[in-house]
Amino acid sequence: MPLLEARNVVMRFGGVTAVAGVSFDVEAGQICGLIGPNGAGKTTLFNVVSGIYRPSGGEVRFAGQTITRMPRHRMATLGIGRTFQNLALFRSMTVRGNVIAGAHSGGRSGFLANALSLPSARAEGAAAAERTGELLSLLSLAPLADMRVADLPFGVQKRVEMARALACRPKLLLLDEPAGGLNHAEVDELAELLEQVRAGFDVTILLVEHHMGLVMRVSDKVVALNFGRKIADGPPDEVRASPEVLRAYLGDGQCAEAVHAA
Amino acid sequence: MEGVCGKPPIRPNPADASQPARGAAIRLRRYLPPVASLAAILAPLWLLEGFHLFQLTVAVIMALAVLGLNIVTGYSGQISLGHGAFFAIGAYVTAALMSHAGWSFWATLPPSAALCGIVGYGVGLPALRLGGLYLALVTFSLAVAVPQLLKHRSLEAWTGGVQGLFLSKPEPPPWLPLDPDQHMYLLAVLVAGCCFWLTSNLVCSRIGLALMAIRDHPVAAEASGMDIAALKTRAFAVSAMITGVAGALSAVTIEYVAPDSFGLPLSITLFVGMVVGGVASVLGPVFGGLFVLFVPSIAESISRATPGVVYGVILIVFLVGMPDGIAGLIRRAAQRIGWSAEDRTT
Repeated sequence: MPLLEARNVVMRFGGVTAVAGVSFDVEAGQICGLIGPNGAGKTTLFNVVSGIYRPSGGEVRFAGQTITRMPRHRMATLGIGRTFQNLALFRSMTVRGNVIAGAHSGGRSGFLANALSLPSARAEGAAAAERTGELLSLLSLAPLADMRVADLPFGVQKRVEMARALACRPKLLLLDEPAGGLNHAEVDELAELLEQVRAGFDVTILLVEHHMGLVMRVSDKVVALNFGRKIADGPPDEVRASPEVLRAYLGDGQCAEAVHAA
Repeated sequence: MEGVCGKPPIRPNPADASQPARGAAIRLRRYLPPVASLAAILAPLWLLEGFHLFQLTVAVIMALAVLGLNIVTGYSGQISLGHGAFFAIGAYVTAALMSHAGWSFWATLPPSAALCGIVGYGVGLPALRLGGLYLALVTFSLAVAVPQLLKHRSLEAWTGGVQGLFLSKPEPPPWLPLDPDQHMYLLAVLVAGCCFWLTSNLVCSRIGLALMAIRDHPVAAEASGMDIAALKTRAFAVSAMITGVAGALSAVTIEYVAPDSFGLPLSITLFVGMVVGGVASVLGPVFGGLFVLFVPSIAESISRATPGVVYGVILIVFLVGMPDGIAGLIRRAAQRIGWSAEDRTT
């Protein structure tokens, strides 16, 4: 059974159909790239999968369970972590604070237990702190742990967001344009990081990405959208060669070399 | 949680053990702040008398009320201009139970806190839909409404209407060599101390982090598994409880409750105390409480005709000079001299 299944997802905003019946699967352990030209509906589909939007039709299943009508805060508990296109960090907090906050779903203790600092609450706090310590050193954030995130450069903030998403022990990681705003060297680092994360955390990754080089390099599978419909689905090489994809990106003229160059 | 609350762990380095001087410095660093604070808290018992000790007791109570407000507005980011209402409810529950039903002060604390918690939870529900300025207006109207409700004829049997209620301070136990004023100060410090301890635990825990996360970025907070509705309403309830307990303490300290002492000015005073002391800080409310109690009388001693103007000027000087409050200034000073900051920030 695939870990993530999208079935006939439809998303309409008023009269505009942004996603018109898209289905795809992501198998456990895969890195799946979601691509498409601007306005293809990638981000909308991504937001349906991550629970930000309730779809107008169809459903998304995670490990066999329908998640499309679930309260949003339950997604992290199920094991779905995400990052955001334009950084969504807790700006007043330190790097460490952000990552510990990301581990929130791993705890159960409430107001009373924490106010009284009961052993159960303290144990949860210690576990979250330990997990955070590991993530910080893995993502080379340890020296910056006590800096306020707002004072850090963009590329570092993106890593903090990744660490925060990993703190909830996700089975599925949803990355919204992880390469957006990064320079060449940083994109290379990101590609290595993704490989490292998949190997080290036993996690499945779905990413929406504009950066073709990155998608083709790291993905096991690519889903291409155009005008709210799926136009290709398969291994990167196959999708790259698909005439539909070429047409979507480059118009009707066949300029395969240009795509390869990208 | 180690490190989250601005308490970098001070670990004696094995190499330091051979250097007695450094070891002593580390011990000094660790024990001096708590010992000094304890001394500063207890010294007034013997140094101050009568009215001055009474004033300081009221300042402690204001600090506690500001602490309550700081949970909801500072940590959870929901603006409340109506915390005077919770202060009033706490004061009246205690006053009514003591003067009508003859309860002891300690016995009135749980019902007083509970009622404030329930009302706070109720106010927290509309707060989920109303953000920022709209919430400020809703809580503002609460502050306006409560004194009028307290005067209302249907409640007069319990509240004493416009006249209010008289009550008396709890007597010090015979084995304690303290007069009633000293006893009251100790009592206020004890209750406030407990609340400060509980709050500082809370704000440093996953719950406190979650409140700040929701304040900073609700969408990301939800994606991290935080149940915004539950956390925000409970924060409101806890905040109202603490401010209500402060109200209960004020009723027995002043030995009198009247509807007009809990009007809008009180809510604004608490807000000023929070901002001057330091938003989203546990230490800040202590300074906020001292500020709102003593600065108005300092202003009056400077200019008898226009104390409001002087107060305003002092306030502006504080806000410009210490944009993150008195607690923020202390935190930065502590960082500069390399001591672990006493206050907690994340």
